[in-house]
Amino acid sequence: MKNLKKATKVDFATYLGVTVSFVIMYILQTGGHLSSSIAGQLVPICCFIVMAVSLNLVVGISGELSLGHAGFMSVGAFGGIIAAQSLAGAVPFAPLRLTIAIVVGALCAVIIGFVVGVPVLRLRGDYLAIVTLAFGQIIKDLINCLLVGYDSHGLHIMFNISGLKSINDLHLEETGKAIIKGAQGAVGITKISSFPAGFILVMLALVIVLNLIRSRSGRAIMAIRDNRIAAESVGLNITKYKLMAFVLSAAMAGAAGALYGLNYGSLVASRFDFNTSILVLVYVVLGGLGNIWGSIIATVVLYMLPEALRQFSNYRMLVYAIVLILVMLATNNDQLKALLRRIIPTRKEADAQ
Amino acid sequence: MLKVNDINVYYGAIHAIKGVSFEVNDGEIVTLIGANGAGKSTILNTVSGLLRSKTGSIEFLDKPLGTVPAHKIVERGIAHVPEGRRVFLQMTVEENLEMGAYTRPNAGVAAHLERVYEQFPRLKERRRQIAGTLSGGEQQMLAMGRGLMSDPKLLMLDEPSMGLAPILVEQIFEIIASLHKAGTTILLVEQNARMALSVADRAYVLETGKIAISGTGKELAASDEIRKAYLGG
Ligand SMILES: Nc1ncnc2c1ncn2[C@@H]1O[C@H](COP(=O)(O)OP(=O)(O)OP(=O)(O)O)[C@@H](O)[C@H]1O
Ligand SMILES: [Mg+2]
Repeated sequence: MKNLKKATKVDFATYLGVTVSFVIMYILQTGGHLSSSIAGQLVPICCFIVMAVSLNLVVGISGELSLGHAGFMSVGAFGGIIAAQSLAGAVPFAPLRLTIAIVVGALCAVIIGFVVGVPVLRLRGDYLAIVTLAFGQIIKDLINCLLVGYDSHGLHIMFNISGLKSINDLHLEETGKAIIKGAQGAVGITKISSFPAGFILVMLALVIVLNLIRSRSGRAIMAIRDNRIAAESVGLNITKYKLMAFVLSAAMAGAAGALYGLNYGSLVASRFDFNTSILVLVYVVLGGLGNIWGSIIATVVLYMLPEALRQFSNYRMLVYAIVLILVMLATNNDQLKALLRRIIPTRKEADAQ
Repeated sequence: MLKVNDINVYYGAIHAIKGVSFEVNDGEIVTLIGANGAGKSTILNTVSGLLRSKTGSIEFLDKPLGTVPAHKIVERGIAHVPEGRRVFLQMTVEENLEMGAYTRPNAGVAAHLERVYEQFPRLKERRRQIAGTLSGGEQQMLAMGRGLMSDPKLLMLDEPSMGLAPILVEQIFEIIASLHKAGTTILLVEQNARMALSVADRAYVLETGKIAISGTGKELAASDEIRKAYLGG
């Protein structure tokens, strides 16, 4: 279409920006020039970029409010951890094991995405916000009941609903190992996540989301957001497209969760609580609804910020608030957009040429 | 072409449509007129699958529509231009029109676009303009043009003249008349009974969910009862 030119230029700039930043950070990291606190944040930042980009698909592109995105991250994290930990013997090559874990994490989130999305997205109105809010809470409690171990007989899974069981009730063999110990969370995780893997996942999420936006389905999704009644009248299957955006977004959150979980030695479900969902939502809103590169920048800045603000001690939250406002102004500012438009030709100018 | 037989539609406990039957024949303009809340939009929404009738049947080209989901209705050949100028505000005029052809194969869309532009030259002038910045009349034309993009056998228009200045109302009705001349079958819902009856082959008057009177456009325009109630004496 006509706007393809401009769109592909913005997309290209986004890919390029991410790649260049990765290369620079990777060189610094391998050269040992990064402080340990920054080096430790590289993988989580990649995870949260994927989280923000995928949430933007639901909130910005599809126009549905989701308040439980961290729930999908959680499902992916624990699904991925179970897969990676139990495959430790069978698949000794860590990058392959990580890939499998990420795929498993994404698939788990897809299943849950359908379970949450199918009943809710058939309805008109803002039910998704309420249901995802509850979902985020429920999933945390469910995982807190989960006992999982692995031995030569395979996986042992038990739901400790009564609260009386412990990991010993799985009766693992001597050589077996506990993977998830109820409220204690996942323990003894072999850390196999890496910054390059994070970069690949970010790029993958970008390719998926940006291509979807420019596709026929993407236009349908945005048309529904723009005017539901008009979209119905031209014969769009509203539920199908809303579900497509929602489940795809869940899948990416699940993948990000797996990468995130395998970056730590232990992990508790409360890491993915309501606050985390809101945090990601803040990245998306401040980066600009529907603005993918905005989500990336907002995530990086706001994720690094608390760390960078250490020196301000008491004024930390004050500075944080100011930066929030500045980011919002920058990503939603017409003048800045006009400046960018001068660098990147707009639709109208491109047409005129 | 369209046969609606004894439909009853409810909103919860509200019985909005009470045993309505009517038909639209090939090549006709049929109008449904009636006061606010008579149930005109409800009938169109039922035909296009957004609402369901508890009884009776709706047949289009001799096939039942009763269980066809809303998003498949367009493929069957019915275009519904809903009440209130529903356009995609953030898209350009041309993108709006292209959305109208969403259910059609891509081949032929370009040629069809040209035909719609011939019918609505104003839209062609503004093809790159964002729909949200169009005037009300232009938005109505856009909604109608978008409906035509699916190349429908039946075009259903819900109050196309609503909220437009008299001169624009005339323009819209001229377009309706010319679409009719070009062979499009139209089911027109209107409150502007005078204009609707002037273009319609046949008309049905709806009162609180029931059809009160029906006849040819000329008959109804001449009837005393209608003149008093709908044409202002
Ligand atoms: N979503 C709804 N829920 C409950 N009642 C409704 C709903 N939509 C319409 N109604 C009721 O059904 C009746 C018919 O409404 P409808 O919109 O079909 O009227 P209309 O003839 O199109 O009126 P108008 O000319 O004002 O558009 C009205 O009494 C209205 O209040
Ligand atoms: Mg109405």
